[in-house]
Amino acid sequence: MIKFCMRIFSLVALSASVLFLLINSTFAGNQTKVGFVYLTTPGDHGWTYAHELGKQMVEKRFGDDVKISVVENVPEGPDATRVIRELAKQGNEIIFTTSFGYMEPTLKVAKEFPNVKFEHITGYKRSKNVATGNIRFYEGRYIQGVVAGLMTKTNKIGYIGAYPIAEVIMGINAFAQGLRSVNKDASISVIWANTWYDPVKEADAAKVHIAEGADILAQHTDSPAMLQIAEKKGALGFGQSTDMSAFAPKAQLFASINNWGPYYIRKIEELKSGKWNTGDGPDHWAGNDWGGLKADMLIISKFQNMPSGVAQKAQEALDSLKSGKINIFAGPLVDNTGKEIIPSGKSLDDGALWGMNYYLKGVNGKIPG
Amino acid sequence: MEALILTIIATSIPLLLAATGELITEKSGVLNLGVEGMMLSGAVGALGAVLWLENPYFGIIAGALSGILMASIFSIFTINFMTNQVATGLGLTIFATGLTGLAGAPLVGKTIPSLPKIEIFLLSDIPIIGNILFKQDFIAYLSIAIIIIITYFLKYSKPGVILRAVGDDHQSAHSVGYPVKKIRWYATCFGGMCAGIGGAYIPLVLTPHWSEGMTAGRGWIALALVVFASWIPWRIIVGALIFGGITIAQLVGQARGWPIPSQILSMMPYLATIIALTIISGRISKNNSVVPASLGKPFFDTQ
Repeated sequence: MIKFCMRIFSLVALSASVLFLLINSTFAGNQTKVGFVYLTTPGDHGWTYAHELGKQMVEKRFGDDVKISVVENVPEGPDATRVIRELAKQGNEIIFTTSFGYMEPTLKVAKEFPNVKFEHITGYKRSKNVATGNIRFYEGRYIQGVVAGLMTKTNKIGYIGAYPIAEVIMGINAFAQGLRSVNKDASISVIWANTWYDPVKEADAAKVHIAEGADILAQHTDSPAMLQIAEKKGALGFGQSTDMSAFAPKAQLFASINNWGPYYIRKIEELKSGKWNTGDGPDHWAGNDWGGLKADMLIISKFQNMPSGVAQKAQEALDSLKSGKINIFAGPLVDNTGKEIIPSGKSLDDGALWGMNYYLKGVNGKIPG
Repeated sequence: MEALILTIIATSIPLLLAATGELITEKSGVLNLGVEGMMLSGAVGALGAVLWLENPYFGIIAGALSGILMASIFSIFTINFMTNQVATGLGLTIFATGLTGLAGAPLVGKTIPSLPKIEIFLLSDIPIIGNILFKQDFIAYLSIAIIIIITYFLKYSKPGVILRAVGDDHQSAHSVGYPVKKIRWYATCFGGMCAGIGGAYIPLVLTPHWSEGMTAGRGWIALALVVFASWIPWRIIVGALIFGGITIAQLVGQARGWPIPSQILSMMPYLATIIALTIISGRISKNNSVVPASLGKPFFDTQ
């Protein structure tokens, strides 16, 4: 009899707990737990700040339907693995890792947590539950080239690059294409800083460019130092990742702004509706999401410090890029040693962009290494 | 060319100041590896003060005070509590990196007026040289003044001889009756002051904004410079200019498309430091050391 009672009791307890779990999960079911990993503290300019703005758009769009955890200041390397694993352990269903160097750590943790979705920003390696996202930054650089070509008086453009990797090189080449579309006499000199972030070195590189006669500066590094030097020395330049006009009200021509929000929102919606996928296929070099101006993932800030004629030309370039009228890397393309890259009538595909190891015509010098 | 020389000088000044301060600290027998941290706190202190008081000269004072504050923390631990100097110095840098990140958070995105150039009557009108040497900012003049003063101080003044005595053999100095701990405190704080002003130079002149870790390793180069200069003040000027010159030459080479890989140029200052170290250790073996003999050794006054 006691045994029987025990059985009934345990049955009731079991069904009650199942019921509780069911109710619990239906109530909490709509709340998606989302994790973000940042390389630095967001501050109010540059790469991580752009991600912070994207995260804020997610908060605004979903409200209480998402629970967001953010870890800032995560160095690339073993620390990243620990942080990403911890976020996965805490039950985050989708985790955005927002720097190139988190690629291997993300893949490693993803293997341990097959049910968690990972979105790695700017990487190229994917797996079953790791998707990658990137922005076509080079489209903004084409417009920079157009403006630089029209604004330069010395026909010398100074460019500061972080590392000679495909992403930076395709930006320089897109800049050169824009430049040569309006000004065949101008050319670009490149200084590699060999760092993403060193304000003093970036400032030094800007000073050297100006001393060498450049009057328009462009950068693919993170700090506003270059624009501050341009402002001081009467040169002009372009903002990086976010609007930097506060640092250089007289020197910033415009900024290409990274807009991650729409991408984050779409991926979270896909997750909620069970449609999340990595979209991987043979042609997906930069990942399933490589959006640019058309997808609103890259935004061009106000054109300023230039005559209205130049601003109009810049706007035309922007519109044509959006409508697809301009194909930046359409043939005939010749590199700066005169070798033909691609004949007329053809154009480079995404794979060829990620394999770029040459400068196009209009860029001086050689890629180091 | 003139613009390039001016850039080289500007790049060298933070190194020059921080290395000079560290030289005095090390001459007293204290090895403070927290230079990077003290420079960072000088930078954040200076920027904060200028935003608050709207005068770049207060930035210099604030930078100096922030550096002294950090050096005092170091002194309390290493001189009074006799902790290991290497570990404490490294700890100071890590601590200051975090602290300045926290203190600097509200300053991010703000920009300040730069330190004005001071023209020296008549001298600044000399062609070329006038522009390069006599149209500098206050900190640049100050750093040269400090070098001249400490050269005299170490070589010819009695306090300078006492300082060196403390650094070379603290037991003997103690038994003669000199206050070893007090002297080391002063020397370390002087080092902190110089590093703080050197750090302040970055937001005050080079790039007028704050961002985390903006000294980007210059404190470590300053430490190498002291060794490179083999603890002789005027050699720091040479060393700082070589370090600065090679940094800029490396950038110019890229802009002009020189066929030398920029990595080789970047390597040069460190190669020079290693060579200097080798020569110095050669001299040590001849029993004619330039390294302060008690460098890095804690002093126990009960012995």
